[in-house]
Amino acid sequence: MTDLLELSVAEAAAKIAAGEVGVEEYFAAWRGAAAGDELNAYLWQLEDDSHYEVEDGPLRGVPVAVKDIFCTEGAPTTAGSRILEGYRPPYTATAVRRLDAAGARVLGKTNMDEFAMGSSNENSAYGPVLNPWDRGRVPGGSSGGSAAAVAGGLAPCALGTDTGGSIRQPAALCGIVGLKPTYGSISRYGMIAFASSLDQCGPLTRDVTDAALLLAALQGRDECDSTSVGIEGGVVAPSREDLSGLRFGVPAELSRDAIDAGVREVFEATLRQIEALGGEIAEVALPNAEHGISAYYVLAPAEASSNLARYDGVRYGMRSEEAGDLLDMYETTRAQGFGPEVKRRIMLGTYALSSGYYDAYYGQAQKVRTRIAEDFTGAFADVDFVVTPTSPSVAFGLGEKTDDPLSMYLNDFFTVPMSLAGIPAISIPAGLAAPAGGGPQLPVGFQIAAPAFAEQKLLEAAYALEQGIGFNQAQRELLPWAGGNGNG
Amino acid sequence: MAEARELEAVIGLEIHVQLATKTKMFCGCELSFGDEPNVHTCPVCLAHPGVLPVVNEQAIQYALQIAAALGCEVAPRSIFHRKNYFYPDSPKAYQISQYDIPIAGAGKLGDVRIHRAHLEEDAAKMIHVGESGRIHGSGASLVDFNRGGTPLVEIVTEPDLRGAAEAAQWARLLRETVRQLGVSDVNMEEGSLRVDANVSVRPAGSEELGTKTELKNMNSFRFLQRGVEAEIERQVALVGAGGTVEQETLHFDPASGSLTSLRSKEEAHDYRYFPEPDLVAIVPTEQMLREAREALPELPAARIERYVGELGLAEDVAATLAADPETAAYFEQVDAVAEAIESRVVANWVTGELAAALRHSEEGVSAADSKVEPGTLAALMALVGEKTISHGSGKKVLAVLVAEGGDPAAIVEREGLAQMAGEDGELEAIVAAAIAADPEAAEQIRAGNGKAIGAIVGAVMRETKGRADGGEVNRLIKQQLG
Amino acid sequence: MIDREQVLHVARLARLRLSDAEVEQMTGELSGILEHVDRIGKLDLEGVEPTSHVVALENVLRPDLPRPSLAKDVALAEAPEPVNGAFRVPSPQAE
Ligand SMILES: [Mg+2]
Ligand SMILES: [Zn+2]
Repeated sequence: MTDLLELSVAEAAAKIAAGEVGVEEYFAAWRGAAAGDELNAYLWQLEDDSHYEVEDGPLRGVPVAVKDIFCTEGAPTTAGSRILEGYRPPYTATAVRRLDAAGARVLGKTNMDEFAMGSSNENSAYGPVLNPWDRGRVPGGSSGGSAAAVAGGLAPCALGTDTGGSIRQPAALCGIVGLKPTYGSISRYGMIAFASSLDQCGPLTRDVTDAALLLAALQGRDECDSTSVGIEGGVVAPSREDLSGLRFGVPAELSRDAIDAGVREVFEATLRQIEALGGEIAEVALPNAEHGISAYYVLAPAEASSNLARYDGVRYGMRSEEAGDLLDMYETTRAQGFGPEVKRRIMLGTYALSSGYYDAYYGQAQKVRTRIAEDFTGAFADVDFVVTPTSPSVAFGLGEKTDDPLSMYLNDFFTVPMSLAGIPAISIPAGLAAPAGGGPQLPVGFQIAAPAFAEQKLLEAAYALEQGIGFNQAQRELLPWAGGNGNG
Repeated sequence: MAEARELEAVIGLEIHVQLATKTKMFCGCELSFGDEPNVHTCPVCLAHPGVLPVVNEQAIQYALQIAAALGCEVAPRSIFHRKNYFYPDSPKAYQISQYDIPIAGAGKLGDVRIHRAHLEEDAAKMIHVGESGRIHGSGASLVDFNRGGTPLVEIVTEPDLRGAAEAAQWARLLRETVRQLGVSDVNMEEGSLRVDANVSVRPAGSEELGTKTELKNMNSFRFLQRGVEAEIERQVALVGAGGTVEQETLHFDPASGSLTSLRSKEEAHDYRYFPEPDLVAIVPTEQMLREAREALPELPAARIERYVGELGLAEDVAATLAADPETAAYFEQVDAVAEAIESRVVANWVTGELAAALRHSEEGVSAADSKVEPGTLAALMALVGEKTISHGSGKKVLAVLVAEGGDPAAIVEREGLAQMAGEDGELEAIVAAAIAADPEAAEQIRAGNGKAIGAIVGAVMRETKGRADGGEVNRLIKQQLG
Repeated sequence: MIDREQVLHVARLARLRLSDAEVEQMTGELSGILEHVDRIGKLDLEGVEPTSHVVALENVLRPDLPRPSLAKDVALAEAPEPVNGAFRVPSPQAE
């Protein structure tokens, strides 16, 4: 069993295709591992059914942990919210259907911050997820359940969503790979909307090759999503061994302050590693990036306030028992169904769109967004990639930031600009560092961003750097899934 | 002071047109009317979590046709917005509509300017149950999402109308125009055409607009006229008495013909519009615009202008034909054959005598589908024109033609309807006999009582079965009574 | 910044019934966040095009072809209060 769990998705898929490992055998091993979830990573797991069919494809027999934000026909889908408790959608998200078509299978639905609003997974109506490296700490969010499941050896790979960093930041805090593709490369149909112009689906995996494998299956134009285009030429497994001839831009504005010393050390070391692999380090200017958080916390809540208005107790989901007249029903249902962070953002977004404030907030934020996109266009004229730490700190303690929403928001400092620009960015584990307050070492993520739809180029560079860093090899014994005891 | 001068009404209309596409605006559910509740729904039009809208190509094409028919400027690039409000008939709690950039801008129909026309989606149906069917009543409502998401074009006019009748008349023209485009059923009872009116009053000749009220739920042209009339009276009385008009929405109650004020669903109506991030811009291509133009038939306004201007038809006759393109086409065929006869006369026969004859026949068919070929009608009109038969006989022949078709001349022959000329002695003899049969009348005529002649003319017509020419008969009577 | 009255107005627009405690907390938190956000209000972005979309697509249209709708019982399966094949809601009261 153990060795099956130690296989990467690419390795397992190859063995299954070669008939060395049976689909049922492999799936059973993972169901067993998932059943041992002590991290509260799963909200629902596939019940035992050893006799099933899977499509014949590149992911044949691969179990996938799917963030509970994706609609799965007949299976509970809550988006981490009380208001959707017990809800079973009448249809399945395109991303999940594509995985099925490639031969993969949903292993379970993972815990998340309610409606993907959060950076610590403490906003789930179903309890926080624990970081497999230190159960007293958060896994990051909002795809914290997916990240913890992969890092904690409860799933070989997972699906997440990223609106302002919700794939990259938890991947960083859990020491795995997280990829947010270009906006429009993967269909959003069936992915419960948080901020429609920013939401993007992506994989969380142990290594870059697995991320490429999943992206290849997920990407593509979908007639159900008017904003989807797919990635021209598709995606293949990366194989690049060095970084010679590639320029990596470090934005002065983003590397200035607010970074833990340990994180900064790992980041600097990684820059040296890039040079060792023949890559070039340059400074780039993203003068407007520092306004990313402000713009993001206007745009995302504004869209969310509209996207979450449909949860009204009329057609599905919960309805308050004490509903009197219509207004009562709306107000009590939503008051009881939504958690504090969701209410906060709905209020923020409603205010930003309300008459008299639109231009000052929403309109202005859209212009900042234009400026940030222009900044990146300018940067990419000079460099191939823009690199930053994924998160200013390693995993922080449970409850450490829950009383201070703003400091929580500032966690997305490095990831939000790429979301606003709609460009692809990947976080790979770059090393370990002790938390600012001291304590055992924890993973640090390194973020690489590329021009829109340059996913293949991004994956090639990330792969070469991954080999150079040797994180998965050297630190293997530190990783929870090593050494045979699935849950570290 | 308002009292000092006479008050004039200022009226603008907002018309919602349900497009006759096969499917809804943003999903593949079929459009329907009168089916059982909630059998035409899907995750998209029920606004389940995670769904996305996709624009119906045909709805865009129909909107472009309406824009062309109303002579509107088409926006080179228009986008959709979200109009946010909570109500059970709006499953997403926002309506996808167009806001600052509608697909169609300024235009004109008849002498009313069009302000804009934009695309949006219809709301679901709510059936109010419980103590009272009225919207203000307590109890509950049942929501049926079959209609939810039906494509709508909302047409907004400038406030160019000045009277209730004028407003109703123009609304009829718009309805006829859209109907002939074939883009909607325009059935007011079924709600596929919905007309709201904005009404205000101001001192006659004044330029600025008074405070307007919005009238809703007038589901027939008659009700539209009555509703607007009632509201104008109310406002004139109010302002006349020194009061001021409150901006409000008024609900027309067909039963009582009265207007009741509706309280706003969402205080201050703060709709928090913002660009719909799930959709991309509509940029009509040359081909889309060409197809829209090419799909246009000759529309009523243009036809009326041509008939009156070029053919010299009376306004009302032209309007009657314009409202019925099929019969209008028939008229033009007859007019082409009958060169000798004025178009005005041809039009009168088609809309008058022929229409009447068709109404009385059991077939109940249109002129075009009737047994009366255009050439046949032309021949008949010629017989009457040359006084070969009397106008009355013409009608008799027409009745036969409608019933069994055939050749007018042959029917005149068969029925012996040929007009009696004065020359051969026959008519004189009949006249003489009639005079002899009614001495008193003859006496009065000699005494100069003109009226009395009617009795004798009547007797002659009875005798000749209407084959005699009235004028000729009068002449002969006067002649014989010297 | 945002005051208590505005918070109550926005809560009504958003159909959220907030307890007095929540109103208190919300007023403070939103003010803090808005203070940070207000920085962009000071930027001079005259003439900058707003971005509501990063995808450069136009005329993404669907042919007018019917797709099967949900079976009625499926459409109503998740309804909190299905009645006679419809979704029942309390009536709005006159205000
Ligand atoms: Mg409208
Ligand atoms: Zn539908």
